[in-house]
Amino acid sequence: MRISRGAKLSLRTIAILYLTLLLLLPIGVVLIRTFEHGFGTAWNWMTTPAAVSALWLSLLIALIAVPLNTVFGILASMVLVRSKVRGRAVLDALIDLPFVVSPVIVGLSLILVYGKDGWFGNWLIDHGITLIYNPAGMIVATVFVSLPFVVREVAPVLMEVGDEQEQAASTLGASSWQAFRRITLPSIRWGVAYGVVLTTARALGEIGAVAVVSSNVPGSTLTLPLLVQQRDADLGAGSITGAYAAATELAVISLVVLLAMTLLGPRRQEAR
Amino acid sequence: MLYMSIIVLIPLAAVAVKAFSQSPSEFWQSITNKTSLTALAVTLGSSLVVAAIGAVMGTVVAWVLVRDEFPGKRFIGSLIDLPFALPTIVAGLTLIALYGPDSPFGLHLVYTRGAVLLALLFVTLPFVARAVQPVLVELDREVEEAAASLGASNAVTFRRIVLPALWPAILSGTALAFARAVGEFGSLVLIAGKVQIASIVIFADIEQDSPQAAASLSVVLLVISLLVLFGLRRWGSRVAH
Repeated sequence: MRISRGAKLSLRTIAILYLTLLLLLPIGVVLIRTFEHGFGTAWNWMTTPAAVSALWLSLLIALIAVPLNTVFGILASMVLVRSKVRGRAVLDALIDLPFVVSPVIVGLSLILVYGKDGWFGNWLIDHGITLIYNPAGMIVATVFVSLPFVVREVAPVLMEVGDEQEQAASTLGASSWQAFRRITLPSIRWGVAYGVVLTTARALGEIGAVAVVSSNVPGSTLTLPLLVQQRDADLGAGSITGAYAAATELAVISLVVLLAMTLLGPRRQEAR
Repeated sequence: MLYMSIIVLIPLAAVAVKAFSQSPSEFWQSITNKTSLTALAVTLGSSLVVAAIGAVMGTVVAWVLVRDEFPGKRFIGSLIDLPFALPTIVAGLTLIALYGPDSPFGLHLVYTRGAVLLALLFVTLPFVARAVQPVLVELDREVEEAAASLGASNAVTFRRIVLPALWPAILSGTALAFARAVGEFGSLVLIAGKVQIASIVIFADIEQDSPQAAASLSVVLLVISLLVLFGLRRWGSRVAH
């Protein structure tokens, strides 16, 4: 298509304007609101005991959920792409479920199974494991919502690279573990890395599923996103500034994530 | 598979069991009462509007990113992923900053349908753009040039050549955006106010200790998401063959 200069410019303007209004302007305003009462005030809001513990809890949840889903993601991709196990198609379809199920439903479903009077809840509680309204339940909720990312990044790459090199390695006497570590893993590494970044972003930012299974107690079950919500609802003097301050912390983390995505993006395309 | 079952499948099954542990008429009652019906209508309506706007704007954005050259294009390109990187609660808070009580523009959209639509547009932005972009890169431009040299206008070329090639990507991106919008919670919880959103109604039901009502409405949403998911897959495999 040969598009006239005018049409091209107006399309470009529309696209940039839309993105600016929808994405850039809002972020800018949050930064302004955070620091409008001075840097010190914002810093105080970021370093209250509740805020510090919320940051640590968010990081802790991500630190456990991300490795679990990475290992699962690589295994599941191997099963989906390399094995001929029956039920592969079913697994393939089910893996996307967390992408389409509302996070609130995720939380509800966990309460119904692992909560008090849930299917396994009482048995677990009798054995000293209380998941719901505890950080452990919040970890399970996070694992649920961020489950598909690594699989969806790694499976296409595995498909693309094929298994010829792996077969060559095994005819040369490599064990399947050696073939996996020396051949498969290096060829999917950028896909894995990109999936890990997406999983981390979702794990740190999740609120719906986590809100349902959290007891919302500052210092024990409050993550950074929940803290934003609580401070926004709090009508106390200046607490909205506290909400903006916590949001800025999250925004900074997500800028790092975005940077990682931008840097990894081209490599991931090459791998495909 | 065990991991999937423990974390995803058994819990979701529990929601369905909970919903159907009441009599069918009670179930029907709990999804057709006024609150539930309003919530479903508002949620589905908003999601449809957002999916439609997102389909058009996502395609325009993808087009500009692939076919246009301008300074700062790389920056705009990575900006698209921002909604995936940014926690949704922050997205909600930004709308309060912009359109809340002390809005710099004097626009008080927060706690109205308008704000809900904006929040949903924000969180679903990348779906269509990211689906269309790679297809547009692969698209053979010679066919377009051939059409143009045979006298086809831009509009005709776009409708007959470009759009059919992009259609599958646009549709699947839109469907994912729709599914996401139907279940969205994080970006709406701060700004929905009295607007009845299904996920927020479910959340309130759980907080008020009526899991049965929550499960009933959840089942309706689950059915919608499953329809979208399996519809997409069936249609995807038909296109592939």
